[in-house]
Amino acid sequence: MSQAELRTRTLEIEVMRYDPEQDKEPHFRTYSVPCQEDWAILDALNYIKENLDSTLSYRWSCHMMVCGSCGMMINGEPSLTCKVFVRDLPDNVRVEPLANFPIERDLVVVLDDVMGKLQNAQTYIIRQDPPPADDVEYKQSPAELMKFKQYTMCINCMVCYAACPQYNLDPEFTGPAVMALAHRYNLDSRDQGRSERLDILGDHDGVWNCSFVGACSEVCPKHVDPAAAIQQMKIEASGQWVLQKLLPGRKS
Amino acid sequence: METVQTDVVIVGAGGAGLRAAIAIAESNSKISVALVSKVYPMRSHTCAAEGGAAGVKRSDDSLEMHFNDTVSGGDWLCDQDVVEYFVQQAPLELVQLEHWGCPWSRDDDGSVSVRPFGGMKKKRTWYAADKSGFHILHTLFQTSLQFKNIQRFDEFFCIDLLHSDGRCNGVVAMEMRSGKFCRFDAKSVILATGGAGRIFPFTTNGAIKTGDGMAMAYRAGVPLKDMEFVQYHPTGLPGTGILLTEGCRGEGGVLVNKDGYRYLQDYGMGPETPIGEPVLKTMELGPRDRLSQAFWHEWRAGRTVETNWGDCVLLDMRHLGEQRINERLPLVRELASSYVGYDPVTDPVPVRPVVHYMMGGIDTNIDGETALSGLFAIGETACGSLNGANRLGSNSLTELLVFGKRAALKAVDRLHEGEASAAGNAEQAEQAVAGVRELLQRSDGDESLGAVRREMMNSLEDGAGIYRDADGLDQTCNTILELQQRYQGIEVHDKSNVFNTDLQQALELKNMLDVAETVAASARLRTESRGAHQRLDFTERDDQDFLKHSLAYQQAGKLPGIEWSDVTITRSPPGVRDYSGGER
Repeated sequence: MSQAELRTRTLEIEVMRYDPEQDKEPHFRTYSVPCQEDWAILDALNYIKENLDSTLSYRWSCHMMVCGSCGMMINGEPSLTCKVFVRDLPDNVRVEPLANFPIERDLVVVLDDVMGKLQNAQTYIIRQDPPPADDVEYKQSPAELMKFKQYTMCINCMVCYAACPQYNLDPEFTGPAVMALAHRYNLDSRDQGRSERLDILGDHDGVWNCSFVGACSEVCPKHVDPAAAIQQMKIEASGQWVLQKLLPGRKS
Repeated sequence: METVQTDVVIVGAGGAGLRAAIAIAESNSKISVALVSKVYPMRSHTCAAEGGAAGVKRSDDSLEMHFNDTVSGGDWLCDQDVVEYFVQQAPLELVQLEHWGCPWSRDDDGSVSVRPFGGMKKKRTWYAADKSGFHILHTLFQTSLQFKNIQRFDEFFCIDLLHSDGRCNGVVAMEMRSGKFCRFDAKSVILATGGAGRIFPFTTNGAIKTGDGMAMAYRAGVPLKDMEFVQYHPTGLPGTGILLTEGCRGEGGVLVNKDGYRYLQDYGMGPETPIGEPVLKTMELGPRDRLSQAFWHEWRAGRTVETNWGDCVLLDMRHLGEQRINERLPLVRELASSYVGYDPVTDPVPVRPVVHYMMGGIDTNIDGETALSGLFAIGETACGSLNGANRLGSNSLTELLVFGKRAALKAVDRLHEGEASAAGNAEQAEQAVAGVRELLQRSDGDESLGAVRREMMNSLEDGAGIYRDADGLDQTCNTILELQQRYQGIEVHDKSNVFNTDLQQALELKNMLDVAETVAASARLRTESRGAHQRLDFTERDDQDFLKHSLAYQQAGKLPGIEWSDVTITRSPPGVRDYSGGER
């Protein structure tokens, strides 16, 4: 990267502000920020916080695309702010809280709904048989690992929920990230809880509510592809439905 | 004030806090656990650990070898009874995670794979590509969801411990969403709040790592131990300080200076090993303290590379090839490409040492217990003296599992002993809250939070960096004391009760200043060089006077008082750290 690429460019950043104690409605405030071209937009927010306006609230921590705190709308697109770079942005940038969530304060959204859904989705190993002895690992071939590995990459940043048209229409919808995580355990060779999870997620609010627009997979910063997970679950759920009709009481 | 009555309160929901919560929940479903964290559990900084977790796995390895590597890696400042317990429990804890679903990378026969790591004589680092900490954290978090007796308090910022008559009886916290305060009355308190890398200007640590638990314990009269030992990781991305895992070198990456020369061979880690054939425990697989110190010498000698973000050396991974890099180091490739514009497949990547880990922390015994009855500490915030003067990479992820569990079970044992007395909690909590309210309402402050924070960071880097001397440390000590004064004049401009991060940052800055003074003051009095603490004016290790732990006790208005305690030696007397690869 040459010196020239590190020049400073002033961005006009329109930031949504909302303090429920003072504001009836969210509004925008514009900040002129001298940005280095190698900055992420998160660096620009940190510049505002430290130098221009310490009252701005937003979540962030790792600045390396893994803690999942800093999801926001950048010029209308949901993304991690540590992953959107100044070099790829025009001179005018609009930063808003993640769509489809209630605003708690400024760029901070209320996550209770999705956290509650995660709590109920049984995203942990369920066994019918006892596990191996304490000092013995399960054998799992690299191929078996590859079956579910992609779905373990979810950082719970909620960016997919901000992109999901179905979640926008129907807040009861379990939604992409939680479905992908449940599917991750269904596909894990160590797990025996698939039918229990399908009992929860195979209903209307689960797989059947997805309209397969695929927006979740397009915006996922970790390439998790929740749309594929939901599609595969739908097939499994219909299989289980048929089996249960044919053989009542049977768990697949 | 709202009050929560619970058996155990755990502060911090990263790897250590979650492991402890699960251990308690599993042991008895009737014990109530309040898991209090300033962030949602999956935001905790455990997620940023990349390389892996150490535990003996293969038949060519032994517990004794892991013990010896850890003790010599720590320059003999480790408590050896702690190391013995650690190496023995490590494989069991890593298998436990495997049973809970951790997606460890696998060998072709289906067993968990291990990779080489710095300072380790054998391959024993279990890994999940280069996102090991992330997967450990999420495995623990998701596993924890099944326990009904774990009640989470996400985004509650802890203000202080509640204690009386030498006993800890709870904590007081602020709910970020409402600004309301909440008191937790508990029989045991476990601090699992992570490190304090943010006291330095250039660190791999996330924004949340502000030493909150360390500072709370320190203010409650508990000493902070061995705080002078700050680990610089040798391979951070310049500019941002983002970590490039030791796994880069474990897989065969090499470090070269501006002449393309593998300079580590000149610093007691040679002779050179063939490119693409890394040899354990030598050259690029030496320990972190030695590698970071070698960088400093190369920089002083003018053999580093100038970049837009300061002076660097180059981490060359090109010979690994695209397929191996994609399989083993995908995050490294993404981070280097995105943040500095170098693709490890085609370019050597500029790197420089970056503050990464605090070996020191809240003084605990092998059970995670502190001097304050009922108060425990685990993970990076604690110093149970596993890591001594320099932690070996991949020991800390295992440490938080092994001692997270042990401390949790000890806390359960202690529930049946003695009487907790929350009688004084109400008054103490009100006092702590009054302090926060005063800070929030103050409108005549003339100091800027950002300026005080910047000066603290720069002062630590200047005086208490990779190499230190008396003059620099004196100056840093004075600066920190002065900043403690100036802190009294800062003003919080945000007056809202709702998610007030201006207020949170002001409270975090107080914690950071408290931790910073212990780092500088301990470093000033340790007039020897050991592990990560290197003095230009006292260049040798001095086992006569300093085979001891430093203990920093808070003193109002002045630098902490420093006392010294013995190191536990069981079977390895202090010897020479050998990274020459002599047996290769």
